[in-house]
Amino acid sequence: MCTSLVAAARLRAQGGEPRSFAIRGAKVVPVGSAPVEDATVVVSRGVITAIGTNLTIPADAWVIDGKGLVVYPGLIDGFTDVGLAPAQSGGAPSGAGGGGQQAPVSRGPEDRPLTTPWRNAADEVNPSDPKIESWRAAGFTTTISAPKGGIFPGQAAVLDLGGERPGDFVVKEPAAIPVSLQTSGGFRNFPSSLMGSIAYVRQVWLDTNWSTQADGAYEKNRRGTERPKYDRTETTLAQALGKHAVVLIPGNTSLQIRRALQLAAEWKLNAVLYGGQMGYEVAPEIAAKKMAVLVDLKWPEAEKDADPEAVPSLRTLRFRDRAPSSAAALEKAGVKFAFYSRGIATAKDILPAVKKAIDAGLSPEAALRALTLSPAEIFGVADVTGSIEKGKIANLVVTDGDLFDKKTKVKMVFVDGRKYEVREPIRPSEPPKGDLTGKWKLTYTTPEGDEESTADLSMATDGTLSGTVSSHRGTGNVFSGYLSGDKFSFMITLPINGSPTDVSFTGTFDGKTMKGSISAMGYTFDFTGTKPSHASLAGGAQ
Amino acid sequence: MRAWTNVAAALVAVVMGGTAICAAENAPSAILIRNATILTVSHGTIEKGDVLIKDGKIAAVGTSVKAPADAQVIDAAGQFVTPGIIDCHSHIAIDGNVNEASVSVSSMANIADVLNSDDIAIFRDLAGGVTVANVLHGSANSIGGQTIVIKLRWGQPADKLPFEGAKPGIKFALGENPKRSNFRAPGAPDRYPATRMGVEATIRGAFTEAKDYKRSWDDYDKKVAAGEKNVIPPQRNLKLDPLVEVLEGKRYVHAHCYREDEILMLLRVAKEFGFKVQTLQHVLEGYKVADEIAAAGAGASTFSDWWAYKVEAYDAIPYNAALMMQRGVLVSVNSDDAAEATHLNQEAAKSMLYGGMSHDDALKMVTLNPAIQLGIEKRVGSIDVGKDADLVIYNHDPMSAYAVVQKTLIDGRVYFDRDKEIAGRGALEQEKKELLAKEKKAAEKKSDEEKKGEKKPEEKKPEEKKPEEKPKPPQAEGVQGGAQ
Repeated sequence: MCTSLVAAARLRAQGGEPRSFAIRGAKVVPVGSAPVEDATVVVSRGVITAIGTNLTIPADAWVIDGKGLVVYPGLIDGFTDVGLAPAQSGGAPSGAGGGGQQAPVSRGPEDRPLTTPWRNAADEVNPSDPKIESWRAAGFTTTISAPKGGIFPGQAAVLDLGGERPGDFVVKEPAAIPVSLQTSGGFRNFPSSLMGSIAYVRQVWLDTNWSTQADGAYEKNRRGTERPKYDRTETTLAQALGKHAVVLIPGNTSLQIRRALQLAAEWKLNAVLYGGQMGYEVAPEIAAKKMAVLVDLKWPEAEKDADPEAVPSLRTLRFRDRAPSSAAALEKAGVKFAFYSRGIATAKDILPAVKKAIDAGLSPEAALRALTLSPAEIFGVADVTGSIEKGKIANLVVTDGDLFDKKTKVKMVFVDGRKYEVREPIRPSEPPKGDLTGKWKLTYTTPEGDEESTADLSMATDGTLSGTVSSHRGTGNVFSGYLSGDKFSFMITLPINGSPTDVSFTGTFDGKTMKGSISAMGYTFDFTGTKPSHASLAGGAQ
Repeated sequence: MRAWTNVAAALVAVVMGGTAICAAENAPSAILIRNATILTVSHGTIEKGDVLIKDGKIAAVGTSVKAPADAQVIDAAGQFVTPGIIDCHSHIAIDGNVNEASVSVSSMANIADVLNSDDIAIFRDLAGGVTVANVLHGSANSIGGQTIVIKLRWGQPADKLPFEGAKPGIKFALGENPKRSNFRAPGAPDRYPATRMGVEATIRGAFTEAKDYKRSWDDYDKKVAAGEKNVIPPQRNLKLDPLVEVLEGKRYVHAHCYREDEILMLLRVAKEFGFKVQTLQHVLEGYKVADEIAAAGAGASTFSDWWAYKVEAYDAIPYNAALMMQRGVLVSVNSDDAAEATHLNQEAAKSMLYGGMSHDDALKMVTLNPAIQLGIEKRVGSIDVGKDADLVIYNHDPMSAYAVVQKTLIDGRVYFDRDKEIAGRGALEQEKKELLAKEKKAAEKKSDEEKKGEKKPEEKKPEEKKPEEKPKPPQAEGVQGGAQ
């Protein structure tokens, strides 16, 4: 089966897939210029080639009737980890040598705690990340994705959310150097306090500048001079700064924002603030420093299952009430800002969060700009993306109405000129009969012979399924899964020769055994799922 | 206690909301406090006296002071005016951990980086008459973080808290805390140092390193001055920079200590390396070595009657302050604690009982003496013409247990006004109630929507959207597939 699947994937990528489209008769909202009714957008080989009302549609273009549809630039998520492989384990201190599995105790800045700036998002793209599809389905074509974890977690890249291979995703690298001021946790590792973290970051910038200066001087005068040491942190940071990556500095409350403004000025960096949720108090101060802001869309809210006796302070209550008005305050103060989803787990919650900001006074135009052109400008890619303009990357989102209207649905998305359908999430219609939770052995016969997989499923009370399916082909996270009555259905995405491929499992469950079919790339074959005893599972699929 | 906490919590919001800040910013350029008993600290008590404040400074002190026509008049008949209380040992207004406890020399950490203007303790201490605090790193390390003197300008952003021009400091600590006697985790290896000998060695080691570092910079400067090209500068070291400043007399040492032996040890080490210990903090056995402390010119900042909470505090006596003062040591009484700081006036007054200290000397221990210890006595610490108008108005003599702060002024602005704060409570309680009700309503609405959303799928049969849809060949319109 493997060979045939690969062949099919190639066929689709090379020949079967159209590379030229014309969306005809739609409302086009280009951002940066006025919306146009009844317009046509032509895209070809990944770029926008024409926009207008009386266009001649090229003969090779696949025409899409845009009547009743609205075309927006693809949305950009200003700071996330969508599209990246799960973070490396550890990530704690590692010195110039690095690589040690067990993180040693960090005794000071020289041990480079929580520091991995050499990690580059562009090198960690994972086309099978299930979040890619859900973000696309919410209208996002582009992300600024960064590795997670640590004070210097690594370098962020601008990614387009579509492609066959990891390299297809990368629009710009490095785009940013995110910095956090986290502590090591506990008292044994440096830094164990906020002031220690700040001192550490300050020392790293000093070291980075020194390294550049020292290396330059040493090259001119090698004999008779003590050799400056090699340090991976200094070297990679100097390189990224040299490529004009912006530095992301955290600041959510007024206290943190003001501190970030001071630190950015002290460190003389091309810095961008992230957080910004108390912008309603300090927007004019941010404007005075001409600092751009990434606004966190995970608005503060009451803790779930909080102690009902513990009444929060008035300041906390005000923060929860006013945080969504921060974007409006930034707009009013003339601050350049973009939105980001980093704390939001599911893509469908992102636009409703933007809507909260609009309800709190943000103009819809500014909201759209903060999801398109502004992040493109902040990360230095506005020349190629962020708006619908001739020559820019064909990143488009097509909806059936106003983007911020609750009823509006995203109909299709273009990423780098490739068209993606938006699949409706599937929900069970009937209460589930039985429980699919547990480890399953799935057996089936492919054209290559007998195979088996292990499914580790967990079912919610409404029948929704999650979990993983593993075989020698890899492991996929279950999505769009449910058990409705005795009918089950779930999907996984597996990388087959670098190309993410959907595999669906459907059938009936008699309370004990699953019987049904597996479909992938046009092939279908029957399978049986049984719950093996622990002993037989141990020697099974893996 | 509980009622007080509520008041304070409610008050947070007043100021953070901006009303008090505005009030302060619109402070009149002249204020006349009239008819009060003025405890100047520097030159005795003035009965039925007046203090005139102009542009944040004390412009006149005496009886029958003439004020400009537009001056705001505060009638303080029957009340007492003192200089603002100065707390020489505080840990308020710090964001995050007070200790960078991972290393025993944490001089790279700087309290100035993490001042927290939102800390409610600022307000509470202000309500206790405190106007200036020496905000210190904790005592976990032989050489702790850099420290800063602040004014308690509640409602102002963090960068407006530092006392302008006050010399920065650094925290040292001796004895049980830096050797982690009372903080050992079972199974975990001990952090070095684990003995008083080790603490001494750690301090010596750090200053030896700092001297070497300073020399490497001096050499570099010389080479550059001589016109040498392509000289690699020494690498800046944020741990050693502040120690060089200590050696150069640009930074004060505030050393946490208890036992006589460790006090003498530090004074010896300081002499050897050529720096001065500005203050010995806690210094509960100071009465045993008062002559040596006085000879070294170190100040002593101690507790009134707080002891026996650990072995090294067993030999403490409440006469410590009075005894040290009798031997010529400059003594202050500090809080080390946000709650203790709200009644530092009473802490000072205890020395009138234990040791027979005079009323004025006792008051000095929380005003002029800590000002001298922090090198800010030209600006604050007494009621003298030209000094900052940092003043407290009490309803009784502050050395009395009945004294309650009525107003606290900093730079001639009223930052705490008891009557106004109490009057403002109702509105804040109301706002809080309304916000809680709003949140509750929103949560209910959301939960309703979610319930509706759950019913939705009944309208749709899953069969309508078959996940096993096969890729179709491209068509002119409604193309399927893409590059998934």
